[in-house]
Formats: sequence, structure tokens, C-alpha cells
Amino acid sequence: MHTLQKIGLALFAAALLLFIATLGLEKYELSEARLTNAIDNTYHVDAIVAAAKEEGILGNTYASSFSFVPVVEDLFREAGANLKTTPPANFPEDGNRADYELPSWKAENYLLPVVKKASTGPVSDQPVLFWWLTVGLGILGGLLYILPKFNLIPGIKHDHLYHRSLTRGLRLSVRGFFLGATILGVLVYGIYYMGKDYFWPGITLLIGLLITGLVFWVQRSAWRTPAKSAAPDLTGWLGVGAGLYLIAFYVLLYWSPRHITSWMLLADPLSYTLNGGEASQWFLYGMLYTLVILVMGVRMFAKYMHNKYQQIRTASVMFFQTAFAFLIPEILVRLNYPYYDFKNIWPLNYTFFFDWNLDNLINSGGLGIFMLGWGIALILLGVPIITYFYGKRWYCSWVCGCGGLAETMGDPYRQLSDKSLRAWQYERWIIHAVLVFAVIMTMGVLYSYLPKNEVWFSRGNFLLLMIFTLAGAMGYAWYRWRKGGVDIGATGMYVGLGVTVLLIGISGYHWATESEQFFFLSSGETRQWYGFLIGSAFAGVVGTGFYPLMGNRVWCRFGCPLAAYLGLVQRFKSRFRITTNGGQCISCGNCSTYCEMGIDVRWYAQRGQDIVRSSCVGCGVCSAVCPRGVLRLENSSVDIDERATEVRALHISEERGVELY
Amino acid sequence: MHIAILGNGISGITAARFLRKLTDHQITVISAETDHFFSRTALMYVYMGHMRYEDIKPYEDWFWEKNRIDLKRGYVEQIDFEQKQLHFRKGDQLGYDKLILALGSTPNKFGWPGQDLQGVRGLYSYQDLEYMEAHSEGLERAVIVGGGLIGIEMAEMFHSRHIPVTFLVRESVYWNAVLPKEESEMVTRHIREHGIDLRLSTELKEIVDDGQGRACAVVTGAGERIDCGYVGLTAGVHPNIGWLKDTALETDKGILVDEYLQTNLPDVYAIGDCAQIRHPKPGRRPIEAVWYTGRMMGETVAHAIGGQPVEYDPGVWFNSAKFMDIEYQVYGDVSGRMPDHYASVYWEHADGRKSIRIVYDQNTQEVAGFNLMGVRYRHEVCERWLAQKASVEAVLQNLGLANFDPEYYQQFEREVVAQYNKQTGRHLKLRQKRGLSRALAFLRGRA
Ligand SMILES: Cc1cc2nc3c(=O)[nH]c(=O)nc-3n(C[C@H](O)[C@H](O)[C@H](O)COP(=O)(O)OP(=O)(O)OC[C@H]3O[C@@H](n4cnc5c(N)ncnc54)[C@H](O)[C@@H]3O)c2cc1C
Ligand code: SF4
Ligand code: SF4
Repeated sequence: MHTLQKIGLALFAAALLLFIATLGLEKYELSEARLTNAIDNTYHVDAIVAAAKEEGILGNTYASSFSFVPVVEDLFREAGANLKTTPPANFPEDGNRADYELPSWKAENYLLPVVKKASTGPVSDQPVLFWWLTVGLGILGGLLYILPKFNLIPGIKHDHLYHRSLTRGLRLSVRGFFLGATILGVLVYGIYYMGKDYFWPGITLLIGLLITGLVFWVQRSAWRTPAKSAAPDLTGWLGVGAGLYLIAFYVLLYWSPRHITSWMLLADPLSYTLNGGEASQWFLYGMLYTLVILVMGVRMFAKYMHNKYQQIRTASVMFFQTAFAFLIPEILVRLNYPYYDFKNIWPLNYTFFFDWNLDNLINSGGLGIFMLGWGIALILLGVPIITYFYGKRWYCSWVCGCGGLAETMGDPYRQLSDKSLRAWQYERWIIHAVLVFAVIMTMGVLYSYLPKNEVWFSRGNFLLLMIFTLAGAMGYAWYRWRKGGVDIGATGMYVGLGVTVLLIGISGYHWATESEQFFFLSSGETRQWYGFLIGSAFAGVVGTGFYPLMGNRVWCRFGCPLAAYLGLVQRFKSRFRITTNGGQCISCGNCSTYCEMGIDVRWYAQRGQDIVRSSCVGCGVCSAVCPRGVLRLENSSVDIDERATEVRALHISEERGVELY
Repeated sequence: MHIAILGNGISGITAARFLRKLTDHQITVISAETDHFFSRTALMYVYMGHMRYEDIKPYEDWFWEKNRIDLKRGYVEQIDFEQKQLHFRKGDQLGYDKLILALGSTPNKFGWPGQDLQGVRGLYSYQDLEYMEAHSEGLERAVIVGGGLIGIEMAEMFHSRHIPVTFLVRESVYWNAVLPKEESEMVTRHIREHGIDLRLSTELKEIVDDGQGRACAVVTGAGERIDCGYVGLTAGVHPNIGWLKDTALETDKGILVDEYLQTNLPDVYAIGDCAQIRHPKPGRRPIEAVWYTGRMMGETVAHAIGGQPVEYDPGVWFNSAKFMDIEYQVYGDVSGRMPDHYASVYWEHADGRKSIRIVYDQNTQEVAGFNLMGVRYRHEVCERWLAQKASVEAVLQNLGLANFDPEYYQQFEREVVAQYNKQTGRHLKLRQKRGLSRALAFLRGRA
């Protein structure tokens, strides 16, 4: 290793340690001034201060957020109880009780600001210094580690990936443990999250078991043992550590941001500069996310000095993340416009059709209406048209933020995706189930949002529109399939047809009966569970936390409903395919190993078959790592069905009419 | 009917797969090497940590049972062709109705003193890889003898572990029997650029015993002694048929077979590296120990046994390899010693790691071959031109059709045409650029 690289690594490690340590550097002071600072409702502040005085703890300082938070929670509860029995002395007779009452959901919202404002210590005193010592130094260390790589001879840089503890992956048993523990943890926490309601976690578990049953017994995976997996003989414990770190980060970010206020503090100065306000956990996240993509993007440039496709694609995700996902929304907020990421498309952007977002857009004048129209145009026109011409890669590995992180920070882990047939079977059920869930959830939300009649876009017309869209899409897919245009199993097609018919039926039923709840579900609960399970647990905790455990595209491959939608277009009608170069394949397996989507590229390549797979995100890495120049990502409307069929004459005897498989 | 296939390499396995598609016979694939088929060509990647052994197996382990292909691990010591019985080293036997020999190759040893010492080994089998791995710990230098494709792979392998390599090559530049001069020189430069101690025009005289049966140095033809802890023997391979020499099976260098890959004995076929074609097609050699021919022979023999016999016809020669970071593809007739009536257009990139060569017959103007370094060309398009004996000028003007480099890569076909114009005083223009639609239209005969 280059000396510079050693220094870089040391700096990075030091910065990371200090970053973690900042969480312990702060103390938390419970004072009237700080509470006033955090809570804008004076009745609440007074009640909390009174409760604290009663307890004799006002003015106390706590050593960590973990000791501080329970104390505050107790005070909230006490204040809430007191306010319930005795209204504040200065409260006007004719006032609304809701103005002073402090129910637990309101108190919950106060927790984060209270902890953040109570924070006192070196980080809150010197946020800029600490930003540089942690984030800044981390960037410097990372770059020092990366830059010397530009001096190497251009070529594939995968030496020792399977020798290194960080990138080697997990034994099947360890991986199974993590997977099982995560699923269990999410479901159990989900019960608590849904207010001790078992319905949603129960349904989720049931669907999980159903899918397992389908994969194991209907699709006969139970007989296909042992399934190949991405499991080495020895677990890479450094990778496990990295995974745990990321998982912990996401758990804190989504469900316990009050314990990471120190990090928000050090992001404050930048936040003030950009949007004029202080940093929320989401600003912190956006900042780190963007910086990681930028630094690791530079690493991609170094790694693929010889590959223009990789360079341009990486530059593209770096640009879209920095400009579209980070800067533009912050600046919009500063200008009092709605926060809007112009490249985030429903159903990945699952809150797009939520009432608050729609209201927000509609009430923001011309620009808001434009955003609304733009978002819908992307869904209805952008996705199908651009995907038809270029494949889903235009989004997944050129534009998308999740893809951007996967392709940069996640690149060292791409080999860990599971290539077994079993994983592929799971993938198809799960990702399409998420798409269906997203559709039902969104239809429910829109259904309850839309007026019954009054305007032309009423519930009824919305349902009619959905019925026609679903029927049209399914009808087209069915027609392509029956014509033999796509090689898809009958099980999948029939289940798809069944689900579509069910959705159409339900929509028709609601249209006819004008009932209150779509799909007999409370739209509020549906979206709460969707946000928890898919939006947070799947996309974040598993999506990124599992990079070192199961590869960098776990979310994109198994969970992303937009990827499912793009994939359907790619599979049924697109000019994109990966061409196989005649008979040059030596079955070495580099392409399959480095396919982050777990596609067994070699399976096709060694038979001279072109690759048309709905999950392919067109990252181009299979083509880059192939030592024999066999693969090329291409677009053309010519011949795609024929060249991708399973039976394909390879070479020699073609003229004489003997078909070789 | 029971078909026994001896050898689970690419040729044997391809035969088994095609037999399963074409017939309902019982199929047994036998090998002493590994339980399952793996890609021999990818052994280096396991050593370098790009992949694990699991990853170089092209099929999941359940694949064989599902397709009713029985696998048997065991070393066959003797074949009773009369009784149609295989005799295993462990003492058991297996009968067959038809036998396909797909025995592969074994590394050459030329009687060097010390060639059987510990720490001296070729690279062919999975066991060779394990041996190399076991000897790599603490290794201070490796010497590689013989400058072919496996030699350079071995050099890259040790190099990836930061083990200094001395690479002894008998020729005056690397692989100049196969590569034309400029390409040979390019690879030679590239090997050195990586810091590998390449010794040209150097032969091995002996391998020195450290007194305990281990290699500790080599002595070159010029008498120089090079200390080392490992000696890789990569001076080519030969068919692995030593044990079949004194049987009824007719052999020469390999097992002699006809156009249907049948040996002199009824119901016995031979394919892959171990087969020697009695009457090879024009321009082809009797033994071609490459992956692709093994695969084609596997397909062909399955058709012969499956009752749809086709003559073995490997078509236009093609091959590919990778010299550390430089990819190499060849289509047609290109070599280091080309006949006098051949001329070539050669273009090389300023970075010295990419080149395009088109070989043609000066008398007839027919294109004869393509040699690519660091540039990818379409197999089907080149094959079509070669099969059609297209004129070099037609090829040059449409050269873009052949380009298979990834999107956004710079295209150099214009430079090749310019080079041709410079050489010949002609004024050709490039008419076609890279693009799948155009290439497909050409392949379908519409351009
Ligand atoms: C390191 C390396 C790299 C290579 N790279 C390339 C490349 O890039 N491109 C290319 O075209 N070619 C390459 N080759 C050559 C290519 O791998 C061979 O041509 C091909 O594998 C031969 O296949 P086969 O089926 O004929 O025999 P093999 O793959 O050798 O299979 C024969 C099998 O039969 C078994 N066997 C033999 N005798 C017995 C017996 N008596 N009892 C039981 N089992 C027996 C052997 O153990 C072996 O497993 C490479 C070879 C090596 C070693
Ligand atoms: S098939 Fe190739 S291009 Fe597609 S996702 Fe896999 S590695 Fe990327
Ligand atoms: S990397 Fe290339 S040669 Fe290797 S299996 Fe894939 S397509 Fe074939």
C-alpha cells in the first residue's frame, strides 16, 4: 500500500471514531431557557417546567441522551396528565382545549427538538470545527486513500476481494442469522410501531410465509438443494461489523433520531447556509449521503479509468444526487417552495400522492402545479418511454439516489449478491408484492383524499382511470406473452393476471358502491405500515445496512416498487438488452459474480443467448469485468425476442439446419 | 442405453447436456478431479480472490440431478473396450454402452533435471491450484517457465499476491509464434510495465534441489542461477492419454477420431483437448486445445450419438485471452509467421495497449483475419466476413459494424481506414459506425 493510502486510512478511521464519539461528548441540560427554545407552545413549556420543578430536577444536567430522554419522557407524561386535569391558569375561558392539552403524539414530536436544544458541550459550541474534524477529515482520508489509485495501470481491480474480511461476505449460517434476526426484529418492532396492533405485522408475516411456500414447494426450490449462495467458508467479520454499523445508523436515524442530535448539530452550519434553517435528521442524512456518493464516486473514476461507460454513469449519479436530491430541494425550501426532488418518482417516492404533499403542491402556485404535473408525467410517460428506448438503467444506474449509493459506496460489495435460482424466485415474488402493496396503499390514500363528486377528478373517475390503466397494461403484457415475445413462466403470468383482476374487481366494487374505505383498509394505517416496513426498514435498514452482508442492491433487487415497474417495462417492451458476443464466452463467471442484481449472466452468455432480464439495472459491470469481451449493453428494436430466446443456434451447424441449443 | 462420459470438463459436460436434450439415455459423467464441472479457464481468478471456487462452477450443484445426469467421482485406471467396462483405481467397475473420452490435457515436461521436485508444478487442474496456493505463503520468488497463455496467467496470479516473478521465455519476444510482431512487442512491454522480470530468449536448464527434495533455484541456459521457491511449468500441454497408449485405441499425439468424433473402436468417441482429428478442415490443426473447440465437439458428439449426426466443423477459427490488462481477440487466420502473400493493416493506439490488425490476401484482396488488442469486435460479424471471403476494402468501409466495445468508448475504425489509405494510396471512407441495429441488419443480409 502506498504511504499516502496508509495515512488516508488512518485519517478516515480517526474521523469515523471521532464521529461516533461526538455522540458522547455532549451533555444535556434541562433548563427553562432551553425548553422554551425547543417548544413553541407556552402552555406546554410552562407545564413541563412546572413538572420539572416539582421533581426538583430543573437545571440538572445529564451525561448522555440515553439518561436524558427517559427523564424528559417522564416530564412530558406528567405535564400531559396535569394539563388534562387542570387547564393552565392564564387560559381564556372560550379557548380550545386542544391548544393546551399535551397528548402523547404531540409530546413525541417535541422529543427531538428538546434533546437537540438541551445539548451543551464542545460540539454545540464549535459545530464547524467538529464538522471538519469528522466529516471533513473523513473526506480527506478517503480521498488520500483513493487518489493514488489513479497511478495504477488501468484494468480490472478485483484482486483479493474474496480474501478481505470487509468484502468477503458471510457464511450461509451467519447470513441466515442476520436475515432472520432482521425480519423478526422489524416485525416485532412493527407491532410496537403500529400501537400494539398485530394486524399489519401479522399480514406481512403471512405473505412472507406464503412466498416461501411458493418458492419452496410450488417452484420446487425445496428439491434444489443445496442452493448456491454467496457464502464463503469463512465469514468476513469486518464486513459484519460494517453491516452492523450501518444498520445501527439507520435504526437511529429512522426510529430514534433523538440519540444522534450531536450529528445534526454539526450539520447545522451547512443547513443554515443552504436552507436558512437548522439541520433535521433528514438534512444530516442528505448531507452524508451526498458526500459519500461524491467521494466514492471518485473511487469509481479511479477504478474504471479505462471504462468510459462507468465514468459517465458515475458522474451522472454524482450530479443527480448533489443537484437534484440535495441542493435544489434545500434551496426550494429556502425560497419557501415545497421540498421537491425532481427526479424522485412514485412509487419509490411513495409520499408523492399523500394528502399533505398534494395540498402542499397545489397551494404553492404555478411551480407547485408544475411539480405535480411533472411528477405524474414521469410516472405515466417518462418511465415507459425512456425505458423503452434505453432500458431501466436510465433511472437505476444513472439517476436514482438509491442506485447512486449502491454504485459508489456499495461497489466493493457487489459480488455478495446471491446468484442462486432460489434467490431469483424470491426476488420476483417479493418485489412485485411490494409494487402491489404500493399501488393498493396509494389508491387507498388517493381514494380517501379525492372528493366524492363535485369535481371531474372524483373518486369514481379515479377508479375508472385505474381500471382502464390496469386492464390496458395487463392486456398488453398478456398479448406479448401469448405471442411468445417474452420468455416468462406461466405461474408468474397467471398470478399477475389474478392480482390485476382482483384489483380491477375491487376498484369496480368501490366504484359501484361508493364505499368509504378502499380495499376495506384504513388508508392511514396502510400508509403508516408502508412507510415503516418498505420506506424505512426495507429501503434503509436492509437496503443499505445489508451492503456488506448480501450485496449492494438488496433494496433495488428485492424491494423497490419503482424498479419493479421499470423492470416490467424493460421485460415486456424495450430495446435494451445485453448482447453476447457469439461463442467467445469461457464460462468463467466474472459477469455473474459481479452482477449486483444477482443475475446469472453466464447462464445466458455461455449459450450465446442475449440477456433480457427485468432486474438488470444496466450498470455495465458484467461487460466491464468480462475477460473475453463477451458482453455489450445495447439498444435496438431489431430481433430482441429471437436473440434472447432459450434455444439459439450458436455457430457451426446453423447453415445445415441442425439446431444447437 | 448407458452413456459413460470420462471427463467432466467443458467438452464432456457439453456432450452430457446435449445428450440430455436430444435423448433419454442414462448418462454418467466421471471425473477424478472434482465432483462438479468448473471453468478451468477461471482458476486464476480464484487464486487472485476475484471469485471463489463456488463461483467458477457454471451450474448449481442440483442442476445435474434435475437433468438426470449422474456424476461419479473416481479415477479410471483401465478400460476394457471388449467388455465395455471401466475399471476404477478403487477397484470398482462401471459398464457402458457408449463411451465418450473427454480426458483433457496435461502440462508438458521436457525432461528437465529437477522437474519432479517439490515446488515444481504446472497449472492445469484444481489440484494444481491448491498446490500453488499451499506454496504461496512466504514465497519470495517464483519462476515461470514457458511463455504461453497459462504462463502469463500464472505470472499475473503471483503478481497479484506481490510475489516477485521471473518469467523465462524461449522466444525473443512473448508468444511470437501466435501473435504478429507488433502485438508480441506490446504484450512484452505490458508484462514489464507490471514489474515482472521477463527474460526473453532464455531457456531452463535445470531446477536445483535444496537438499530436501524442494526446488530452491533454477539455472538458465546461459548458466545464470535464479533463486526461487516455486517453479511453474507452463510450456504447453499435451493430450492426457499416456495411460491409453498400449490399448486397442488408436492414438497419435491424441486419440485419433473421424469427422463424427468416433475413434477406431465402435461406440467409443473422443472429444476436447485429448482428441486428434484425422482429417482436419483446411486451416485447422488436428489438436486444438481450447475451450471453444471442446464445447463444439461436445455438441457434435451428442448429435452423433443422439441419432442426428453432423460433421464436426468448428468453422472460422477464433480465440481470445487476456494478457494481464490487455484483452485479446482473434478471428480467422492470424499468426506470427504469416504467408508472404498476406498483408495487414495495423493500427496501434498511442497508449500502446490497444491495436487493430486486419490481415488480407494481397493477391485476391480477401480478408483473412482480425487481431484485436484491447478492442472488442463482434464475433458474428467478423465470422460472416471471413466466411464470405469479403474484400478487405468492403470490410474496412463497414468496419464499424464489427466494433463491440462498450458504449461511449472511442471508436478507432477511422484510424484503421486512414492507415490503409496511407499504405495503399487509396481513398476509402468509413461508412458504418458502431451500432447493434446496423450489425444485425448486416447479419440478416440486409446491408
Ligand atoms: C489455466 C488455464 C487457462 C485456460 N484458459 C483458456 C482460455 O482462456 N481460452 C481457451 O480457449 N482455453 C483455455 N484453456 C484451455 C481449456 O481450459 C481446455 O482446452 C479445456 O478445459 C479442455 O476441456 P476438456 O473437456 O477437453 O478437458 P478437461 O477440462 O481437462 O477435463 C478432463 C477431465 O477428465 C478427467 N480425467 C482425465 N482422465 C481421467 C481418468 N483416467 N479418470 C478420471 N478422470 C479423468 C480430468 O481429471 C479432468 O477433470 C485454459 C486452460 C488452463 C489450464
Ligand atoms: S446484468 Fe450486467 S448490466 Fe445488468 S445489472 Fe447485472 S452486471 Fe449490471
Ligand atoms: S465474464 Fe465473460 S467469459 Fe466469463 S462467463 Fe461471463 S460472459 Fe463468459
